[in-house]
Amino acid sequence: MKHLLSIDDLGGRSGIESMLDLTDSFLEVTQRDIPKVPALRGKTVVSLFYEDSTRTRLSFETAAKRLSADTMTFSVSTSSVKKGESLLDTVQTIDAMGVDAIVVRHGAAGAPHRVASWSSARVVNAGDGCHEHPTQALLDAFTLRRHRGPSLDGCRIAIVGDIRHSRVARSDVTAFHALGCELTLVGPPTLMPERLDGWPVTVTSDLDEVLPDVDVVYLLRIQRERIGQALFPSLREYSARWGLSVERAARLKPDTLVMHPGPMNRGIEIAGEVADSARSLVTEQVANGVAVRMAVLWSLLGSGGPIV
Amino acid sequence: MPSQQAGERDARESTVVPVPAADAVLRTHVFDAADLRRALTRIAHEIVERNHGADQVVLVGLYTRGVALAHRIASAIASFEAVEPAIGALDVAFYRDDIGLRPVAPLGPTEVPDIAGKVVVLVDDVLFTGRTARAALDALHELGRPRAVQLAVLVDRGHRELPLRADYVGKNLPTRSSEDVRVRLAEVDGDDGVDLWGIPEREDERR
Repeated sequence: MKHLLSIDDLGGRSGIESMLDLTDSFLEVTQRDIPKVPALRGKTVVSLFYEDSTRTRLSFETAAKRLSADTMTFSVSTSSVKKGESLLDTVQTIDAMGVDAIVVRHGAAGAPHRVASWSSARVVNAGDGCHEHPTQALLDAFTLRRHRGPSLDGCRIAIVGDIRHSRVARSDVTAFHALGCELTLVGPPTLMPERLDGWPVTVTSDLDEVLPDVDVVYLLRIQRERIGQALFPSLREYSARWGLSVERAARLKPDTLVMHPGPMNRGIEIAGEVADSARSLVTEQVANGVAVRMAVLWSLLGSGGPIV
Repeated sequence: MPSQQAGERDARESTVVPVPAADAVLRTHVFDAADLRRALTRIAHEIVERNHGADQVVLVGLYTRGVALAHRIASAIASFEAVEPAIGALDVAFYRDDIGLRPVAPLGPTEVPDIAGKVVVLVDDVLFTGRTARAALDALHELGRPRAVQLAVLVDRGHRELPLRADYVGKNLPTRSSEDVRVRLAEVDGDDGVDLWGIPEREDERR
């Protein structure tokens, strides 16, 4: 694996499972008193973020630091992008400084692929437009596997909300399907992709119909910044029909788990009480994100050979 | 994954000069199961004798076969002492000095009990260049400050590249650098034994 641009780069089920197995070793490292190993000493990891992010950027930087790599952060607001520098020129500038990996988040789908073609560094996609967010899917699968594993075969997952604009949903569908899960997409028809040809999913707009049967409810954030036009009447109506309220959560099976990629709109797609309840894996997802990203950086920079 | 891990394990244990498995021929049976058991029993007694008991001893095995050996030495000690020493498992992959030069993979999660003030006995199957043992010292250093660190190996095959020696040795086995010492343990490989493998034509070129 030269780059991680898409879940498909891992090579299907066995590749995904290898990466999750590898993550176990790094989770142990993150739990030590001194959570740091010298594995990537001398390597430089740049985070190139053209979109706002808290957890993904901090998570990658924490992962790099815990592997003893040097980190550099590029944020658009304080850079020459403000002077009109293009993505190509920015990448060539970073490349000329001799970096080993570039973690890219960009509003345009495919931007990390372009960066990979321009740079000699390894590239990790940290979210590109409405396309993919592979490390989020890996940490979701890792988190779920720790509760339902080791096999996720037959695990029923409902992904609820704004599927159309969600890169998390695209990567999650690919990864969870590869691991044997049964997927249902739930949301208003206006927030479904226009074409779902070839997606291994069932689709419904009725959340209450699927809730009693599922093992996991995966709620997506309503992305107010991506929704230009009115795709549903109001946030209140969205919340009433597709939000996981306390009343809806009460109709779940006792062991059904609730996941959310963050940041949460409390009171819209998820009630605050549900987000803080025992069935919620939200904070565990964040904690596992560091270990997963350590495994990804190690696979790209440290292993010295084809681990996955 | 299992087959891949096996490949990584072989690459680690044959260290710097991997012997191509296809060309290698069996030269000698060094240990059979009974020899191996006697060597471990002797090492168990030596550890207890040197440390005046086993209550301050922590046996830390290096993945993969060192972990199994640490468990066997611990039960051997328990058979004649009142206490069974604490056991740990250490993965040194992230501390190796050849990261990036060849495939290196973590072999299992590190699980080490409190070692502060204890005598840690590192346990591995084969001592060769000493680079794995060096990495183990670095890995251990970040987990705590033991009173002393000792090294127990089933086979010392020579060719050290670092100033290290073992405190407890099952067998000193002079080898050529082109040869390969293969330790088999029931927990990992299905049966017990130690064999010396080599490549006929390369043996004459080297040395």
